[in-house]
Amino acid sequence: MPVKVRVPTPLRRFTGGNDEVSANGDSIKAVIADLEKNHPGIGERLLDEKGDLRRFVNVYLNGDDIRFLSQLDSKVKDGDDISIVPAIAGGR
Amino acid sequence: MKSEAVSYVTNLKCRECGQEYPISPLHVCEMCFGPLEVGYDYPRIKAAISRATIEKRAHNLWRYRELLPVTGESDIGPHSGFTPLVRCDRLAAELGVKKLYLKDDTVNHPTLSYKDRVVSVAITKAREFGFKTVSCASTGNLATSVAAHAARAGLNCVIFMPEGVEAGKIVGSTVYGAQVITIRGNYDDVNRLCSEIADKYGWAFVNINLRPYYTEGAKTYGFEVAEQLGWKLPENIVLPTAGGTILPKVAKAFKELKEVGLIRDGECKVHSAQAAGSAPVIHALHKGTDLITPVKPDTIAKSIAIGNPADGFYVLKAVRESGGWGEGATDPEIIDAIKLLARTEGIFAEPAGGTTLAVTMKLIAQKRIRPDESIVVSITGNGYKTLEAVAATIAQPHVIEARLKDFDALFERLNGTSRPLAGAA
Repeated sequence: MPVKVRVPTPLRRFTGGNDEVSANGDSIKAVIADLEKNHPGIGERLLDEKGDLRRFVNVYLNGDDIRFLSQLDSKVKDGDDISIVPAIAGGR
Repeated sequence: MKSEAVSYVTNLKCRECGQEYPISPLHVCEMCFGPLEVGYDYPRIKAAISRATIEKRAHNLWRYRELLPVTGESDIGPHSGFTPLVRCDRLAAELGVKKLYLKDDTVNHPTLSYKDRVVSVAITKAREFGFKTVSCASTGNLATSVAAHAARAGLNCVIFMPEGVEAGKIVGSTVYGAQVITIRGNYDDVNRLCSEIADKYGWAFVNINLRPYYTEGAKTYGFEVAEQLGWKLPENIVLPTAGGTILPKVAKAFKELKEVGLIRDGECKVHSAQAAGSAPVIHALHKGTDLITPVKPDTIAKSIAIGNPADGFYVLKAVRESGGWGEGATDPEIIDAIKLLARTEGIFAEPAGGTTLAVTMKLIAQKRIRPDESIVVSITGNGYKTLEAVAATIAQPHVIEARLKDFDALFERLNGTSRPLAGAA
């Protein structure tokens, strides 16, 4: 089940400079595992030692922050859009 | 750059893993995604400045230029910063405390909010880096400030807002020549898109890729409080928390003043104020955890309605290290505080200021702040920009014909009520 993943600048050295890659998996966790398989090194940038999403990484599934869904267990289906975005500070 | 083209900045350093980077428009650590922070050569700064040198300088934020990430004195924001620290005895009496001050950024130049500080630094840096277009995601104070400072600097400006914001908010940016793009989505959606645009188009987003520099501007709020108290720290300061910029930076400012020898000692408890309808940091503080769970904001305090505060963790850290605390204020409490401040001190704050005052009152009631301690309440924005927040709850005018006998009748009618026209006896 291929999905599109948007990759931010700091991670593009793992994806050969590509800002978008495709990956497989039925959950965010599985997609990240698949990314790691094809782009070694990317996984530890996203997940900490305990396997949780790092504090300053936001992952959006079809535009929704996965913290509002089922976190890393959020279900992913064919054609979904995933976006990895560093956390943003600053006011309104 | 005018005089003294000197910089005391050393590098950018990741706040999480310590990885170092050269000074550049970079905001995220490539190793761990942690935020980058500007490093300074404090021993050199200590040798270069004194209270006397600073006191001789112009009344703007650049009087602390050695502790800002710029080269020399900037000509951006020549009147930004150095806002009044107002001693408030009438309000203090209402609150039952002795030494109460407001740090009043309702009159910050040129756009009447604390944002003129951070934006002055960000736009200076954008120009140093050679950017031609500056940008931000904002519906209010930040947009207005970026648009105004970009205009004066002669830079192209593009502002992103969520669809459906009030017409007035758009005017507040377009009047300065900025282009406004509205996005079908909420504020967090806009922010996410902007992060992707910054990445792809190489524009200077003041609070994204210039964030390490932008946030440093917030320190000037703290420097000024200390200088205006006669180079002393207050015993308490209450600051609003939205994205989490100002509070940790004011705490950092107080530490730096000691580090470079401008103040000797003294400790300040740093307290966080959030609107109860957007209080993820206060929830974590009260639960005793470091883990901040995002919320969907629902409050009249739009300027601090950020449900997913990137620097919330650092707010928790600064509050806990200082022995401070934090509370949330409900919308009615915020409105009451705005009105209390206006009628006791003649200062009209936006809802963020109502929030800090309402929370100050709670902290006094909880005895977290003692009545004999000095207190600084942070007022970061102007109420004239957010009239709609209080409009529905204020007293309506009395309407009469242009005839003296009608006025006489009104005068008599109100006599003996709780609000006679001649004032209470």
